[in-house]
Amino acid sequence: MPADPLLEAAGVAKTYGDGTVALGGVSLAVRPGETVALVGESGSGKTTLLRTFNAMVKPSAGEVRVEGKPVSGLDPIALRRRIGYVPQDGGLIPHWRISKNVELVPRLLGWERSRRQARSREMLSLVGLDSSTHANRYPAELSGGQRQRVAFARALAADPPLILLDEPFGALDALTRLELHRQFLDLKKSLGKTTVLVTHDLAEAFRLADRIGVMRGGRLLQLGTPDELAKSPADPYVEALLEMRRV
Amino acid sequence: MCKTAGLALVWVLGWAILATPLAAADRIVIGSKNFEESRLLAEMFAQLLEERTQLQVERRLGLAGTQVCFEALKNGAIDVYPEYTGTGLVSILNEKAAGPPAQTLNRVRSEFLSRWNLWWLAPLGFENSWEIAVPAELAEREHLETISDLARVSKRLHGGFGHEFVGREDGLLGLQKIYGLEFGSVDHLQQALQYQAAKERRIDALDVYSTDGRLILYNLKVLRDDRRFFPPYEAAALVRGETLKRHPEVGTVLGLLAGSLDEDTMRALNLRLQEGHESEAVVARDALRKLGLSKENGRTAQREIQGTGILAYLWGARRDLGRLTLQHLGLSAAALALGALFAIPLGLWLERQRRWAETVIRILGIFQTVPSLALLAFMIPFLGVGTLPAIAALWIYSLFPIVRNTYTGVRDADPKAVEAATALGMTPGQILREIRLPLAAPVVMAGLRTAAVLTVGTATLAAFIGAGGLGEPIVTGLQLANTAMILSGAIPAALLALLVDAGLGWVERKLRPAGLEGR
Repeated sequence: MPADPLLEAAGVAKTYGDGTVALGGVSLAVRPGETVALVGESGSGKTTLLRTFNAMVKPSAGEVRVEGKPVSGLDPIALRRRIGYVPQDGGLIPHWRISKNVELVPRLLGWERSRRQARSREMLSLVGLDSSTHANRYPAELSGGQRQRVAFARALAADPPLILLDEPFGALDALTRLELHRQFLDLKKSLGKTTVLVTHDLAEAFRLADRIGVMRGGRLLQLGTPDELAKSPADPYVEALLEMRRV
Repeated sequence: MCKTAGLALVWVLGWAILATPLAAADRIVIGSKNFEESRLLAEMFAQLLEERTQLQVERRLGLAGTQVCFEALKNGAIDVYPEYTGTGLVSILNEKAAGPPAQTLNRVRSEFLSRWNLWWLAPLGFENSWEIAVPAELAEREHLETISDLARVSKRLHGGFGHEFVGREDGLLGLQKIYGLEFGSVDHLQQALQYQAAKERRIDALDVYSTDGRLILYNLKVLRDDRRFFPPYEAAALVRGETLKRHPEVGTVLGLLAGSLDEDTMRALNLRLQEGHESEAVVARDALRKLGLSKENGRTAQREIQGTGILAYLWGARRDLGRLTLQHLGLSAAALALGALFAIPLGLWLERQRRWAETVIRILGIFQTVPSLALLAFMIPFLGVGTLPAIAALWIYSLFPIVRNTYTGVRDADPKAVEAATALGMTPGQILREIRLPLAAPVVMAGLRTAAVLTVGTATLAAFIGAGGLGEPIVTGLQLANTAMILSGAIPAALLALLVDAGLGWVERKLRPAGLEGR
């Protein structure tokens, strides 16, 4: 009997005011501790789906549940403080020092200063940054890879049960990306966080995720382990996608 | 930093309130139009009232024209100013000028009393109307006393008239009909050139204002309008009825001037202002002394600036310039502070209500294109003359750059950082305070800086509606064709603008959040 899902989407749809259908009714369940990758081209709805999970997008139909509770009934601010988030470009606040960026959510949650600072040092070393050299710098003084590490540290700082990653490795050069992949797998092993990763890179998804959901045109075509996808693609698009990867 | 800004704001607002004169019961405000004779007469009124009453006299000299003066008088911003009966009839009542002086006076008197309770006091004794003048030696040779005399010989003569005069029914066209005045030839000349042309005898007759000081300088004789063709422009004090009720002594004291000045006297006095570069305060005192109306006898003329160069002039006028600079800064600072107080919240609100943003900003942009002088004049019916309408007009000008920069600065503040902060659970208020505003601060400050330079520059025009400032010597200097005086206002005003720009540029750099270098 598998554990209760930490995150569930039930028939989630999103239609914008101008009639554009971004999501055409998507259902999935993410179990505690697993990493699910959402793969698809731009416009497939993967980012929109991700944004319904932390109430950044309000579904026009269907329901999102976190830890069994419908998101629509929760205070979005409180919910977001319990969900880690890393966007493609880090989204660090440019006029804040690294330490202040990392301490953001703990501060919002009212942690005391000393606890915040200790936590910030711990998080920075967890993502492989030396707190003594980096904590007092500004984001612009760091490399792209370092900034992305800080973004991970910030997402993890308040120890949230769920982490949402929106193309977090997309803007990095190949070497840095590989290094961060390795770091991610280490963290995954040591922290066991429930994670949803949005990416357009199938190889990345195969490498990092426990299960992969393939999206296209606002629909989830297939959700399964990398093995399941490789052995029995449920849709010609999935098959074609896998084919392309092989070439 | 916040405390300093707060203190500065309190100072500025305090100044703005203090600078707006309260209608003190024992105060009287004298206005004038922006030409020498009007200023001189107003100054004479002022000195006479200072000497012979207990009233505190305030001067608002050089207001921009009849419309401004009249509106100011009507709404009580000034209590009295010198006006001409013909102007009252033609420009204010919009009636056709006709008849002898007494008829015109009676007409404006009764109309002004019944419509606005404004009192024309007894005329001062001279007219400043359109007249025809000829070189004195020509008049002597041909025995010319009147225009009728001129008509006898005009076929042999060469006329030189202003563009306006030639084409008007109440100008040359009418003269031809009434007097049969026909010249051998007629030149159209700029007014400034007419006198020189007459001196060189390139023209034999010209249109003049009867009390122009240059009539003396160029030795011209004014011919009597024996058929009363030109409308009478008798000078008189025009006073508010309410003022006379409160302070009847104003009517009595100004009545001392009734019939006391003739055209010759006025020409001589005007000449001292036009060509001698003397201040109206000095000339007015001399005139009153000559009339035996001044209590102070023998005292030499007060401060008279007679430098050899602009620097000497500036040094001589340093006290006045210091006061005017403070006044100028006060006007600008008050307008700017009020502008910031209104425009920054408006910019923030527009960022929340984006569909209104473009419309509102565009409307403010349209205000920006209204000529400054027109905007100042527009304020008069609502706010009178002086400090208040000037601040209001400058305030309107300051809004556009501040609103626009606040709106775009906050709107465009690092969207990715804002997005991430939202997703991590910051409230919109926290994001505004901690992220958007600090990031937008240099942009908002740049808008304030633009507004400040604009305001300091435009504030020179405030002198036209009697608000003082460094525009005062510029406006007066323009009227007196006194370059040193013009520069004594223009140079400090330009320096002030540069200083304000540099100072706010420094603040702008200080406000730039750390961590943004090289981005």
